[in-house]
Amino acid sequence: MQVLFRTEKEKLTVYLSGDIDHHTSAQIRQSVDEQLQKFMPKELRLDFRDVHFMDSSGVGLVMGRYKAASVYGCKVVVCSMPDNVARIMKMSGLSKIITFDED
Amino acid sequence: MKVLNEVKITADAKSVNESYLRVAVASLAAQLDPTVEELSDIKTAVSEAVTNCIVHAYKMRTGKIYITARLCENQLMIIKIRDTGVGIPDIQKAREPLFTTGGDDRSGLGFSVMECFSDKLKVTSKEGKGTTVTIYKRIRGKSVNEP
Ligand SMILES: Nc1ncnc2c1ncn2[C@@H]1O[C@H](COP(=O)(O)OP(=O)(O)OP(=O)(O)O)[C@@H](O)[C@H]1O
Ligand SMILES: [Mg+2]
Repeated sequence: MQVLFRTEKEKLTVYLSGDIDHHTSAQIRQSVDEQLQKFMPKELRLDFRDVHFMDSSGVGLVMGRYKAASVYGCKVVVCSMPDNVARIMKMSGLSKIITFDED
Repeated sequence: MKVLNEVKITADAKSVNESYLRVAVASLAAQLDPTVEELSDIKTAVSEAVTNCIVHAYKMRTGKIYITARLCENQLMIIKIRDTGVGIPDIQKAREPLFTTGGDDRSGLGFSVMECFSDKLKVTSKEGKGTTVTIYKRIRGKSVNEP
């Protein structure tokens, strides 16, 4: 599990990788929230292309970041989800409040 | 029900064990020649049950998780995950989608995911005594000549 960040203008992109479970999501949450506070972007983009495993902890992670980002008036986009990740994300109904991008 | 192979694992309820436990159960399932998706289903369902033991049953304090995984006749896998934690007062309510007693980081989707990714899910619990979750999963595999 590794988290990489890229910033361009008002956009913060987070490249997630490896396994997202209850154990790893604690570290991911902390580092994403740190960057959010630092850059206060207008858009937070969570890129799942290199995530191999995710359980419902990943949904909690996205939901929590949505709440944290809203404080800065920042919108959240989730993108490039592999099939197994998309399957769980879609069960959550999060697509009503968060944009799901193909790529 | 004829059991062809059985594995028992006892683990500390520590979050660092989550990945080990789901991978261990999935590698037993591999003996039934599952598809990639079936393997992923098993890993996810086990991860949900194990996480619930750590987060809810023992509330991040010490405890043990007991797993019995069985390969049975007709490509059936039965995975039992037991804790001796606080128990669930109302199982029906706990199994409702989005119901959670956890905080901001929990979505209340664990039981829905376990149900969706298995063929049958059984939950028994007693307050103050603990909870047992049993996941039934038929491994259909890549075989074309189904019975
Ligand atoms: N092993 C357990 N011991 C005690 N209570 C449990 C156990 N498993 C589940 N629960 C209770 O059932 C509720 C629903 O569980 P479920 O896994 O569906 O959602 P969650 O764990 O709250 O959130 P998520 O799984 O999405 O992170 C929990 O909030 C908790 O109150
Ligand atoms: Mg759960």
